[in-house]
Amino acid sequence: MSEPGDDGDNRARSIALLRMMERIRAFEEQAILAAERDKLVLGAIHPSIGQEACAAGIMQALRRDDILLSTHRGHGHTLAKGADPLAMFRELLGRAGGCCGGKGGSMHIADFNVGMLGANGVVGANITIGAGAAHGLKLMGSDRIAVDIFGDGAVNRGPFLEGLNWAAVYALPVLFVCEDNQWSATTRTRTVTAGEGAGARAAAMGLPVTTVDGNNVEEVAQAADQMVARIRSGNGPEFLHAITYRQTGHTSFDQAAYRPEGEAERHKREDDPILRQRSYLREMGLSSAELETLHAEAQAEMAALLKEAAATPFPPDSAAFTDVQDIGSPAKEAF
Amino acid sequence: MAEKMTYVEASREALREAMRADETVWCLGEDLGRGSVFGQYLGLQEEFGPERVVDTPISEAAIMGAALGAAMVGTRPVVEMRFSDFALCATDELVNQIAKARFMFGGQSRAAMVIRKPTGMWRSSAAQHSQSLESWYTHIPGLVVVCPATPQDNYSLMKAAIAADDPVVYFEHKNIWGMEGEVDRSHTVEIGKAAIRRTGADVTIVSWSDTANLADEAGARLAEEGIGAEVIDLRSLWPWDKATVRASVAKTGRLIVAHESVRVGGFGGEIAATVAEAVPGARIRRLGAPRSLIAYAPNLEDQMRVTREMIAQAAREMVK
Repeated sequence: MSEPGDDGDNRARSIALLRMMERIRAFEEQAILAAERDKLVLGAIHPSIGQEACAAGIMQALRRDDILLSTHRGHGHTLAKGADPLAMFRELLGRAGGCCGGKGGSMHIADFNVGMLGANGVVGANITIGAGAAHGLKLMGSDRIAVDIFGDGAVNRGPFLEGLNWAAVYALPVLFVCEDNQWSATTRTRTVTAGEGAGARAAAMGLPVTTVDGNNVEEVAQAADQMVARIRSGNGPEFLHAITYRQTGHTSFDQAAYRPEGEAERHKREDDPILRQRSYLREMGLSSAELETLHAEAQAEMAALLKEAAATPFPPDSAAFTDVQDIGSPAKEAF
Repeated sequence: MAEKMTYVEASREALREAMRADETVWCLGEDLGRGSVFGQYLGLQEEFGPERVVDTPISEAAIMGAALGAAMVGTRPVVEMRFSDFALCATDELVNQIAKARFMFGGQSRAAMVIRKPTGMWRSSAAQHSQSLESWYTHIPGLVVVCPATPQDNYSLMKAAIAADDPVVYFEHKNIWGMEGEVDRSHTVEIGKAAIRRTGADVTIVSWSDTANLADEAGARLAEEGIGAEVIDLRSLWPWDKATVRASVAKTGRLIVAHESVRVGGFGGEIAATVAEAVPGARIRRLGAPRSLIAYAPNLEDQMRVTREMIAQAAREMVK
């Protein structure tokens, strides 16, 4: 596996991982500003600040035509899969030209052009859908794979058992990822989860389990590369347990007063995936100025795109009646 | 060229033809290799193999959710729920996911699939294997709701449902699997078009699923008594054929809606209200099950039935 200073390729990849994390962070910081300061984001948004290493590390292992199913906390995954951030901002603002035409918002963000088949507003619901996407791919003889990301809260829902069992029984090409930020909305997951939790449950159904430090993007990326290669070669589903930490509240408006004082601050200071990757790159010889440029470029990109998105009109009223169904379409008869 | 088929054979033949014509059509559900509970899939696994006629675990949520994922990548699943009652285990997958997958993602996706839900009372099956819940699904934008009552319609509508690019919730009535009838394989039925099973000038009787057969029999009896009943089998509840019903009631001035499901909140109320708005002065009656539960003991079960005699009697009272 790669070590600092191995070769130019490794260094380029490490920089790309940091750049993606910086872009995700910048996107979400702008989104939070747009929600709180500008009142432009009208519905709830669930930031993944502090969890960017999972998105960046896993998505770099995938092809554009591989499939991704994500959660309500899915901005990072979507961006890292290759979605257009301008279309994503427009979606958050409910505007025309949003990736879902302004119909979905943050919780249903999707970009089918890059294989991103949807974030989901229902915890755990994407697990069976992702298994099914893999089932369809296998049925068609494709070498594409599906990645199904969910949080630690989802392991207490039925679809976790049904979906993992399904994938194992049919040996489907799917990578399940438990992005474990340790919080189920506002409740600490381990206080409501019996036994040893996510990995043990997956292992009980015969899935190979890999556990990683989900705030170490290099470690996530290496694990994802290996797992994706095995899955693509037809070895069946695997389970990645990435342990990370949600630095914000459940939503951008949640001040998370239920957390012990100092817990989030300690994570931000000592275990932030972006700070850690910057340190790693410094060891590889990047200068502070180069690191600052990466950061500033991401910030400038996202600030400009938000501004552009805010200048976009809302969708036409008639869109409320389109893309519902062909037979019995509300565009023809809604009553 | 018509041939004799039972209701269960008719939809099986439609499915077989669709699978022969399009290799992206596949079926998933419990015990399909053995034909499923009522023989709807007999012989299909032998012909198409276990990859296209998939025996699944008893995991309704996964069956429904997996079908959506598979539809999103371009296959056309036919989902078997075994009993419509069991489909309630997969309500999130159907209502929150499948029905919304196209709209919520701004039209990027479609969920072209058929969700088969054997429905209705079937002697002494009690409260969890007898319900008629079709009205629930009419309330969910995104879904198409189909309720065939005859072998021909079960053939033609199954073909239409598989060909549709929408999710179609397909209710087959368990009491009529063995019903025989002439089936013409070249006969197509458009979803949303009712069948006028019998014409008459005195009273319009609107129904669907097996109750449409009872309504037709009631109409025959009424004809002997000199009462002209126009019996309309809606065949689908969303969309439903308002134009045909409206035209009929405009002629007869009287409407009876009869269905097996509970009357309170049943789809009959929607039809009654629509006709009341559209045809001023129309007299309207609704027949449906009492808002109670379906029991095991036959005499208790019978308390929940809308019978052909109840339909005929309602008509007699209206035209008196």
